Formats: sequence, structure tokens, C-alpha cells
Amino acid sequence: MTIEAQTRAAPAKLEQKAGGDNSILLDVRNLKKYFPITQGILVQKKVADVKAVDGVTFHVKQGETLGLVGESGCGKSTTGRTILQLYRPTEGQVLFRGKDLAQLKGEELRQMRSDMQMIFQDPYASLNPRMTVGDIVAEPLEVHNIAKGKERKERVQELLRIVGLNPYFINRYPHEFSGGQRQRIGIARSIAVNPDFIVCDEPISALDVSIQAQIINLLEELQEHLGLTYLFIAHDLSVVRHISDRVAVMYLGKIVELTDSRALYANPLHPYTRALLSAVPIPDPIIEEKRERIILVGDVPSPVNPPKGCRFHTRCPLVIPICKEVAPEWRDVGNGHFVECHVV
Amino acid sequence: MSNVLLDVRNLRTEFVTQDGVVHAVNGVTFALEEGETLGVVGESGSGKSVSMLTVMRLIPMPPGRIPSGEVLFQGQDLLKLSSEEMRQIRGNKIAMIFQDPMTSLNPVLTIGTQITEALELHLGMNKEKARKRAAELLKMVNIPEAERRLDDYPHQFSGGMRQRVMIAMGLSCSPQLLIADEPTTALDVTIQAQITDIIKRLKHELGMAIIWITHDLGVIAGLADRINVMYSGYIVETAQTKELFANPLHPYTVGLLGSIPRLDDNQKEKLTPIEGLPPDLVNMPIGCPFYARCAFGTDKCQQENPPLMSVGVKHWSACWNYEAVRAKRDEILRRNVAQPAAV
Repeated sequence: MTIEAQTRAAPAKLEQKAGGDNSILLDVRNLKKYFPITQGILVQKKVADVKAVDGVTFHVKQGETLGLVGESGCGKSTTGRTILQLYRPTEGQVLFRGKDLAQLKGEELRQMRSDMQMIFQDPYASLNPRMTVGDIVAEPLEVHNIAKGKERKERVQELLRIVGLNPYFINRYPHEFSGGQRQRIGIARSIAVNPDFIVCDEPISALDVSIQAQIINLLEELQEHLGLTYLFIAHDLSVVRHISDRVAVMYLGKIVELTDSRALYANPLHPYTRALLSAVPIPDPIIEEKRERIILVGDVPSPVNPPKGCRFHTRCPLVIPICKEVAPEWRDVGNGHFVECHVV
Repeated sequence: MSNVLLDVRNLRTEFVTQDGVVHAVNGVTFALEEGETLGVVGESGSGKSVSMLTVMRLIPMPPGRIPSGEVLFQGQDLLKLSSEEMRQIRGNKIAMIFQDPMTSLNPVLTIGTQITEALELHLGMNKEKARKRAAELLKMVNIPEAERRLDDYPHQFSGGMRQRVMIAMGLSCSPQLLIADEPTTALDVTIQAQITDIIKRLKHELGMAIIWITHDLGVIAGLADRINVMYSGYIVETAQTKELFANPLHPYTVGLLGSIPRLDDNQKEKLTPIEGLPPDLVNMPIGCPFYARCAFGTDKCQQENPPLMSVGVKHWSACWNYEAVRAKRDEILRRNVAQPAAV
């Protein structure tokens, strides 16, 4: 049985998508998300902001996978959550099919949510331990009033089958499943309402190596058959590069480079991207022996008080005086290759 | 020919639980030479950490028990030592660093106090001398303003710096053997590169042997001289690092290599995952533990657990069908493509 044969709504969706192959599904403009730091017990006074996301601009095309990669604390997860309006943006626009999600409220926003879903990192924390697998996967159907009674149960069983789980598991609880199986349950829940766009927030980082490949392949198959668009957030550059059509590299609340995944490896321009690429180990002792590593000095500065000028200048091996004063612009250097650096 | 530093023979570790006996380590035999770096690769529950904790005598008993095995360190069986004698070795001749630098340091003591403790205890240094040595150690792991930072508390250090402090502590008594249990797993890649860089340099300078436990074949490729691949408490394959990557002869090793996307891979092809799940360590199968997930399985595999068999120069694999693995391996690993150049 193929996934295609099992999925009802898929053929219609694929047709609809065939028309606008290169159309932009999501357009993010100068998105900012600050979290206030407060002081005081009775009267809370704002003393500073954590600038988790500080002005990012990018778009995601229909049917593609955009990878968002960066180290812990760079703001990649916050970006994903702010796009889905799980956090409301401090500033900027999130245009989903031309509609600004940041302006939507209440019922209107709730309606949009059936088009945008999320897969979470931790398959242990993201499933309610007191609900059965059937109830977990059925919940979005209930919320959005899709299918009832027997039909709903059938849909849930079908979803379990699609993600490679036995449909008889419907009455079991999450603790009876392994990490990889739980992640499959989370994926079934996210595709239940036939979304167009899914934010995958580190969906495989909590899993063992041999299980990771199973989930990556499942996500790729689902994309192919359901015409999904992914924003794939992860810290593992090899995985991001494998699954993504284009990759955005984040550092301290900003995207420093964005290009297609082949060019990112063949022709990285930003010094941070270069350091990041050189730090990723390659499972081949002969290649590892010959590789030159760019070892970055020190740690990532605090997002409360990011460095003036270019945010990477404190650790950059190519730093020049202007980097310490003026923030570089986000510019296109050709063929949709974007970079934010004075030296390039 | 170097001398054997650590000789582990037929080591087994079990845990008695409410659900039955968990067979965590099932007869592990390996030797480590002086100055050698051994990589131990495996997934969660493969017994890689438990086997090393057993070597260090850090398994709580009960619920743990060691039904068989010898751990000969410089000819002395560690399993036969009293707790007092073991304490003289632990932290002194054998040091261990752990995965989580956040929980391995005491939050209410300064970094200085924690490093000097071992120096005073094992090497009998006085306070002043120990403090001087502690500052040297911090400098050795590239911590700036080492002298001043001795008076700081763990929360004033970042994750990468804490792991460097742990390494400094591990090295404080110049051990002959350092056991590193996933020391870079909790860290970002650029910080991981800093740490592996430091370890490589120190190994060269101090000439100690290292056992590096990891689930990441990439990290170990650039570090180890030799690798043990573990699965369900068994060593299923062991070889020199280059040999293992070029010529893997156990289906599980092949499966691991096929499961990971490579940064330098320009083919956007499907990964080859290992289907299914590892066996339950309480109800272990009679035959090969990998049988249920193996593409090469035969009736013999189901009935008889294969021992490690010599399959090449210093290369052992626990697979009855290693010749079949050899024949089909390159196809599984998509290896017919030319290798692109490194970054």
C-alpha cells in the first residue's frame, strides 16, 4: 500500500499545487521577537529585552523545504514559533499566502491554523501522557470540526497507517511507545488536518541515529505525496542540508546567509557559515585527517546586549574596523544567494 | 609494540528490576594499549556507557551486579579491589568525564575548590601549590584569565567552558587513561570542534590512552585509532578506524553508516534506515540480537548468536554472513559515486 493510495485529500491538493509551482507560500519580512526581562516583585519593571529574533527576512516557496540552522540560542526555534503565531511578533510581517498573520486574531487566526502545523523536538514532552494515541491524533480533527464518529476513527487509523504505525495502537498510551514511534504519532497529529505548511522544530534531535533516518525518510515521503511545505529547524547541518532545498544560517537572532543547499556547501560566503561547515565532522577518517578546521574563539555573546555593528565580529577571523561600527546589510549576491557581511 | 594498559575480559553487567533482569552488558572483551584512543560507538541501550561505568566501578550495586568478567588495569583486576583501593585509582590513574557538564559540577563550590580537591587528595599538594596547578590546568584547556576564574562558580561559565573545566579536572592527576562519555553531545558543533581540538592536543602532549564513548560516527572518525561498535550489550564489530569505515563487515555498522546524511554528500538520495527497534534487554533473543532488523538474516542467525570472528587484519565481526555483507555493502551505502573534496 502506498501512502498516496491511503490519503484522501491528497490528489486535490497536488493538482492545486501543480499550477503555482514557484509561488511564494510564506513571506517573512523584518520579523522581530523580543522577550522582556522584568525586575521587581509587586511592580514589574521592564529592564531589558532578550532580542531572540532581531529582524529576519526570507520566503518559503510552495512545496519546498527551507532549512533553518544555527547553534543553541540563535533564535531558530523562536523564529518558527513566531511564524505560527505561538509567540506574537514584536515587529515585522508574516505573510502566509499574502495574508499577514501578525494582524490576525481570534477566530480568523484559528481558522488559518489548519493550514499550518508544527512537529516538536521532544516526543516525550509533546504528547499528553493521559490521552490515548487515538485521542491525540483526533484532537486537531475535533478542534477544526473535521469528521465525526466512525469517520473520525477511520481517519485516525488511516493517519497511523500513513506514518507507519499499526492502526490497532489507537487505544494505547504514549508511554507504551519508543521515541521514534512517538515522533511518528506527533507527525500523524500534525498532518491530520491536511496542512500546507509544517514547521519541523528539531524533529529528530532526540532520536537515535538508526531511527533518525526512518523519520527523515518519512518526512520526505509525506512531502512528496501530500505536497507539503516545510520549515525544517535543526542544529545538525548535515541533516538540514540533506532534507532542504535551501538553507538559512542563523547567528544571534539574525540570518547571516541563505542559499540553496548545494551552494551552501560548495561556496559558503559568510565566515560564520564557513566555520560552522568546517566544524561538522564527516564520518570518514581519511577526509577527517586532511580537513582544516576553523576553530572559533570564545562563545556566542548574549542576545540581551548583542555586539554593536556586525554581531559576529567578536569571533570573526576576518574582522575589519567597519564591522565593529556598522551592521552589514542583507544583500543578494546573485542567484538568490543572500549574505550579511562587509567582507564578502 | 606497546604495552597493554587495560584488558577487559568477558565482562557482564546486569540490573535487577521489577520487570526482570536487564542484560546491559553481555560478555565484552577488549584490550587497550598505552596511548591508544579507542572509540566506542553505539546507540542508547547498547551498553557502551554501562560497560565503562563497570570498569570504573561506578555501577550502584544493587540493583546492578557483575556476574562475570575481569578488568585488568596494568595487570591488576579492578573488580577485586576494595572500595578504598579503587578510590586511589579513580580520578588518579583513570579519570572519567561525562556528557552533561551542567550536572557534573557542584553548583555551590567554586571551580578552584573543585579542581584542587583531587590535587590535594591524590597528589598530597598543599593549598597554595594546588591552586597554582589548577590555574595551569585551566590555561591548558584554553580558559582565559585562568587565575581569576578559579574563584568563579559553575553558573558563571558557559556549557563549553564547563566541559573544558571537567576536562581540566579529569587531567589534574595526569591519568594514564581518560574515559570520555559523550563529552561533546550536549554542545554545539563549533564548541565541539574546540573540545575535540583540545583533547587531540593534550593526548599528544600527555600521551594518555583515551576511551571515547559516542553515538556519532563523525566525531569518532577523526579521533580514534580503533573502534568498537556495540549493540544490545555486545561488541558486534571492532577494527582500526580506517578499516572500519572503508570495510565495514557487520550489518549494523553498515546500517549506521547508511543512516547518516553526510555533509559532503551531493547526491540528494534517500537514506537507508535500519528498520525496527533494538531488542528488549530483559527478554533477549536466543540468536543474534540484530536478527530482527537485519537484511542478511538466515535461520542460523535466529538460533545461534555469532561470536566475534576474525574477518581481516585486526578486524573482527560478529556476523555469520559477513561475506554476504561484503558483497552487498557498497550498494547499501550508495558508494559508487566519486567522493567530493573535503571542505
